[in-house]
Amino acid sequence: MHWKLTATAAGVAMLASSGLANAAGELNIYNWGNYTSPELIKKFEEAHDVKVTLTDYDSNDTALAKVRQGGHGFDIVVPSASVIPIWIREDLLLETNPNEMENFKNVADRWKDVPFDPGRKYTVPWQWGTVGLSVNTADYKGDINTSAIFLDPPAELEGKINVIPEMADVMHLAITYLGGEPCTSDRTILRQVRDKLLEAKPKWISMNYGNIEAMTKRDFLATVNWNGASLRMREQDPNIKYGYPKEGYPIWMDNVAVLKDARNVENAKLFMNFIMDPENAAMISDFAKYANGIDGSEEFMPANMSDAPEIVVPEELQAAGTFALTCPEEARNLYTAIWTELQK
Amino acid sequence: MASAAETARKAERDDIRKRWLLSAPALLIIFFAAAGPLGIVIVYSFLEPGSYGDVRWSFSTDAWVSVVLQRDIFDETLSIADAHVAIFWRSVTLSLATTVFAFIFGFPTAYFIATRPERTRALWLFLITIPFWTNLLIRTFAIQEVIRNEGLFNIVLLKLGLISTPIQIIYTDTAIMIGMIYVYLPLMVLPLYASMEKLDFRLVEAGYDLYATRFQVLRRIILPMVKPGIVAGSILVFIPSLGAYVTPRILGGGRNLMLGNLIELQFGQGRNWPLGASLSITLLIIVLAALLIYIRYAGTGARNHG
Repeated sequence: MHWKLTATAAGVAMLASSGLANAAGELNIYNWGNYTSPELIKKFEEAHDVKVTLTDYDSNDTALAKVRQGGHGFDIVVPSASVIPIWIREDLLLETNPNEMENFKNVADRWKDVPFDPGRKYTVPWQWGTVGLSVNTADYKGDINTSAIFLDPPAELEGKINVIPEMADVMHLAITYLGGEPCTSDRTILRQVRDKLLEAKPKWISMNYGNIEAMTKRDFLATVNWNGASLRMREQDPNIKYGYPKEGYPIWMDNVAVLKDARNVENAKLFMNFIMDPENAAMISDFAKYANGIDGSEEFMPANMSDAPEIVVPEELQAAGTFALTCPEEARNLYTAIWTELQK
Repeated sequence: MASAAETARKAERDDIRKRWLLSAPALLIIFFAAAGPLGIVIVYSFLEPGSYGDVRWSFSTDAWVSVVLQRDIFDETLSIADAHVAIFWRSVTLSLATTVFAFIFGFPTAYFIATRPERTRALWLFLITIPFWTNLLIRTFAIQEVIRNEGLFNIVLLKLGLISTPIQIIYTDTAIMIGMIYVYLPLMVLPLYASMEKLDFRLVEAGYDLYATRFQVLRRIILPMVKPGIVAGSILVFIPSLGAYVTPRILGGGRNLMLGNLIELQFGQGRNWPLGASLSITLLIIVLAALLIYIRYAGTGARNHG
């Protein structure tokens, strides 16, 4: 690592002497795959003279496991609200107090003080959305606002269904489908959940992330999905519609946080403040097609986003959504056990 | 006064010491780079899993028990871990099938190359090795583009009117096998070619002179003489297939796991490092067993023809 330090020092010295930006250097962002707007990164690099390196992960578990091992070299991570209390408790995040940053005033009231990070001491909003079902309505004409699509699949979709391997979301859908409360540790319900999932699995074709291309190329006809990804699918194939399971579905928020062992803390803080600017937040949404939780960003977004059925939840289905929080440890252990059994 | 025997013994001791000192760097590297990490894997397999990955430092044989047995989440009864058994079985059968098909495709290829004029052989071998220069991931994605529902293969069949709906190949065991055959074929062709190159084709001619049919020549003359190449090629294909990770991950759709994916699952989402470690060692044992069989067969092959 020595040569790296020397190189960075030399770089900083050179830039300082030439009187360029104060934040010259690097920023290593660890974010979900296919989720970060390249234009946003470019704008940040130019505005603050920072070289940004982006690395992908595919699940909250992968990110947590990798960061806990140390030696990762990342500065910024974007975990979901449901796991942020774990990140804080495991002492992985740096208290950057974004609530005192200049652009914090732009955060929508709903997201200013949140249960997963009281007072916003560690995190700022990245994007938020729902988990539901994307269905190719050219092949299936029935009701798509139900988890039966993947748990009791109609004949047309059998063997043509993908399920994202995101434990918390799939468990949430399955538990509410069988009439339980999210985060329940009621063993009677959970036994039914396990049996239902194991019974449904042979009717799925895959358990994959990164489905936009696979769905538009008809590798499968339905998938458990995030709303923004579904919107991106519809842009390529108008038949792909998004369903909100009436039995219950999770609402989530991914949040930008700075890691405790970050090497570029100042740049990371600059980035936090940067993305709370409405114009920049709009760039995030424009790429990944989720709402961002920043007031005033709508006017910078393309018109077809503000009334998209993937973003605006129909009134009669609003009550079915629950914000996903960290489940108690007992419930989580049971879910992991069920999940492991399912994935094998 | 030292006797001649003592002097000789001293010289021998010095000699031994010198030999140890000279080989010390190599031994240290082998110890720290090979045995060391393996030791960590073995130690981890006897620990308890931490809550979010990692391990808790208390002794437990749970991981080893759960390689073969599973405890029901709700009524705590023990039964055979049929999921693990299924994945082991899939890995072994898919790898065997891959080996057989790689042989079926590789043997004629190697024979073709070995029977070309000497100066053009290099070109043919070069063509075989070209795919090796391309990243494994890219080759796998290329296969995906060919076999997916709107891929080349299905579109051609649809256009020809041979099928009316696409054949579902992607995300099945067949897809994994196709991918592995494609990726590992050169590993079969090269050793086969190496032993065929040494084949004395006068013996083949002699066989024909003595009224042997083509099949008899193949079975009684060519196959026995290239046996070391067949065994080496089969092992070279079988072992990496058994531990394959990328191909089943992409072409299998995350639902049809192979051993490599099962192990990765334990270190990632499964958050059960001890189980991952014990599964890794189990895989190692299977590979060692395959290698022992190889040594045995290759050994007899060398005796017959060496």
